[in-house]
Amino acid sequence: MYEGIVQDLIEELGQLPGVGPKGAQRIAFHLLAADPADVKRLAAVLQEVTEKVKFCRTCGNVAEADECRICADARRDPSVICVVEEPKDVAAVEKIREYRGRYHVLGGAISPIDGIGPDELRIRELMARLADGTVTELILATDPNLEGEATATYLARLVKPLGIRVTRPASGLPVGGELEYADEVTLGRAFEGRRQLDV
Amino acid sequence: MRDNGLVSIYRDDGIVLRSHKLGEADRIVTLLARKTGRVRAVAKGVRRTKSRFGARLEPFTHVDLLLYTGRSLDVITQAETIRPYGEPLAGDYPRYTTGTAMLETAERLTPVEKEPSLRQFLLLVGGLRALGEAEHDPRLVLDAYLLRSLAVAGYAPALEECAVCGTRADESTMLRAFGIAAGGLTCQACRMPGAATPAPATIALMTALLRGDWRYADASERRHQIECSGLTAAYLQWHLEHSIRSLRHVEHA
Repeated sequence: MYEGIVQDLIEELGQLPGVGPKGAQRIAFHLLAADPADVKRLAAVLQEVTEKVKFCRTCGNVAEADECRICADARRDPSVICVVEEPKDVAAVEKIREYRGRYHVLGGAISPIDGIGPDELRIRELMARLADGTVTELILATDPNLEGEATATYLARLVKPLGIRVTRPASGLPVGGELEYADEVTLGRAFEGRRQLDV
Repeated sequence: MRDNGLVSIYRDDGIVLRSHKLGEADRIVTLLARKTGRVRAVAKGVRRTKSRFGARLEPFTHVDLLLYTGRSLDVITQAETIRPYGEPLAGDYPRYTTGTAMLETAERLTPVEKEPSLRQFLLLVGGLRALGEAEHDPRLVLDAYLLRSLAVAGYAPALEECAVCGTRADESTMLRAFGIAAGGLTCQACRMPGAATPAPATIALMTALLRGDWRYADASERRHQIECSGLTAAYLQWHLEHSIRSLRHVEHA
């Protein structure tokens, strides 16, 4: 137990995900020993983040203006929307540098056991975006786990009457992995989605 | 259980009820295991794409496990799928929501960790199998599971005698009032304020679901199935003293 402001810092750091009491103490003493200029820069960034960062009014991604840079970019294809669970999934898809469409962030996946149903996600906003007929393909890139699959099933059923092409990224064996360690469900999907080798 | 002097390793099979994210790539998995009862265990690295656990620790999966006893939580070292009950459910939204209500109920009905609950485990396996095989309406499968799991836990609703005075139903004594707090049907003298008056066919359906009379249950009318679901859900949540969050999201086909 430390006194006053040092203890306050340890307690605040301990609120962060994945940081326990010992970790919080270690970070606090690292900050106390660090160059004050570095610490001030960190404080300034934290301050700026809380003041400036908000969620894009169109897609729900993190943004510094009313719209995120992807929604504001006229070069991005407005006819394709990739639906993801969290803003960090947008960053993951952007890393492949091949996708040129837009995004829609749901804010999670349907998980009744955690009390999260369709009304708790940004599904109404997605349906509003699909209503004007601009979108021709919807890529359901929710996580390849049970909640993600069930969310994709729910959305596919909801979108079906609109006549929009609904796709889902393939699932199967990870590149660089070994076949013997693949579980039955993953291996089964990989075999289902096998493709012809044209050599 | 095998004791190697430092850590105790044990093997058991169980159904994955739910999981929570832990740290960077781990999960805390809650299981209802055949011998051990409800266990919470850490699956390290399971969220990574190349995890050796893959889809084996997804909810609904019946899995054969090797675990070691940790200080606060056990740790899963090996997992082999026995049957992935979740596979057919992910593509069928009404069955998925029904299944999650079953998993949540199983978790609530086994409040003490590592207290063996073999009958609850077997009931859950049977319920998930019936749900996946899609031979019966998911609403009926859910109600049958809820009523029977309540019965196993000691909360079976009284359907053939008055829940308060024990008078058996016969031609002279009609049991028409269903008191949630009373524990089932009551005679006119014991009727509690606010008791429901379900149709006799609804009570017959509840009895059929408790006994496993699927021929009767499958042939029952929709309005009686709806009434039965309402009574069962209210009865379950009253006696558990806890709401089952998934029930609100159960979608009927």
